[in-house]
Amino acid sequence: MPVPTDPDVKLAEYAHPERLVTTAWLAEHLGTPGLVVVESDEDVLLYETGHVPGAVKVDWHTELNDQVTRDYLDGEAFARLMSAKGIGRDDTVVIYGDKNNWWAAYALWVFSLFGHEDVRLLDGGRAKWFAEGRPTTTEKPSREATGYPVVERVDAPLRAFKEDVLAHLGKPLVDVRSPQEYTGEKLHMPDYPQEGALRGGHIPGAESVPWARAADEDGTFKARPALEAIYQGEKGLKVTDDVIAYCRIGERSSHTWFVLHHLLGFPTVRNYDGSWTEWGNAVRVPIVQGEAPGEVRA
Amino acid sequence: MTSGPSGARTDDLPAALAEIVADFQEMGENERLQLLLEFSQELPALPARLADHPELMEPVPECQSPIFVTVEVGDGAAPAGPAGPTDVVRLFFSAPAEAPTTRGFAGILSQGLDGLPAAELLAVPDDVPDRLGLTRAVSPLRLRGMTGMLMRIKRQVREKTAS
Repeated sequence: MPVPTDPDVKLAEYAHPERLVTTAWLAEHLGTPGLVVVESDEDVLLYETGHVPGAVKVDWHTELNDQVTRDYLDGEAFARLMSAKGIGRDDTVVIYGDKNNWWAAYALWVFSLFGHEDVRLLDGGRAKWFAEGRPTTTEKPSREATGYPVVERVDAPLRAFKEDVLAHLGKPLVDVRSPQEYTGEKLHMPDYPQEGALRGGHIPGAESVPWARAADEDGTFKARPALEAIYQGEKGLKVTDDVIAYCRIGERSSHTWFVLHHLLGFPTVRNYDGSWTEWGNAVRVPIVQGEAPGEVRA
Repeated sequence: MTSGPSGARTDDLPAALAEIVADFQEMGENERLQLLLEFSQELPALPARLADHPELMEPVPECQSPIFVTVEVGDGAAPAGPAGPTDVVRLFFSAPAEAPTTRGFAGILSQGLDGLPAAELLAVPDDVPDRLGLTRAVSPLRLRGMTGMLMRIKRQVREKTAS
């Protein structure tokens, strides 16, 4: 039996309120049977400095990725990981993390590729939990291993590959990187390394909507009307559109994927996780520089 | 040639840094993360003369999280003019508590290099970060930040000892 959803009024406005929980809800429900809290961070040591009591750590870089091929775990490896973490297939998983939940959203998206049914984000992430002075611990929980079933990943509905993006040109694309990365002035977000791509710019036709526009100052998601004003109003996207979001390696675009798919209810949204580190290095793919989305050439 | 149990060379490193590399190599991967955490906790706070003047510090954009580094060569009592190769180098780092991995890298460099004569610091091999055995536990992308820090420290020392 799944854990009840958070009845919070702000969340209730979203298309899928069952995908988010507030810090207050989580504080009340810690320890509920069938609920597993997962921390997923950019900083690989942050969990060790203190975390939500009972939370287990899942690292996107070292645990959710295959360490040889640039791809995620396969069904068997994911089942081993989940079993070792003490996460059952029917468990409600609440994920939170640092950096406005980028990596938490990325982990949620990877869980979704494996069809883990009940996976939610903590609105406001790690920063909000700590800012509110809620309980934390450095104690690592010892969860009993589970027998998570081997379920193969189903990429197609949620994940776009380079070939999919090439076939998609002319349909809506959302570039969630910083304005400087979009125009081609920089190959990475400001103050981050200049690395990983030989060419700067964006995919032809992509609209620039930096991920942070979906977040309030405290890292929580903006309320639904504010999100609609950006994506549907200003950018003219329709809920029925087939949309692909991308960034540099797919972490910031997971945040936007979550907004479009779960908060605004777009049924067809894919995350292009190859993102700019693939597109900006690929031979003979079209690139547009400057502030305009640019034209798609036939 | 002296090397740690896992084969990383240490005989071309200053003593303090050689010991740190050997300590990391002796541990299993999970324990290495714990040791990195300890280095992050031991990173000294900035002296007031730098804490009040963030513009004196150089950012290290190779790190995923914000960190600033600056070096001082020679003590204040030395005669005016450029510092020389035997003058002692002091290292200063500033990184937020929310970035323990980056603080850990800084802590290793601080404990391994602070107080060395300039010439010895400049002779430290650039591949030291790869010898800690952290690549798998931390991920190559994250480890790149430590290399960036070492490069910037050496560049600053070169600039301050140039005659």
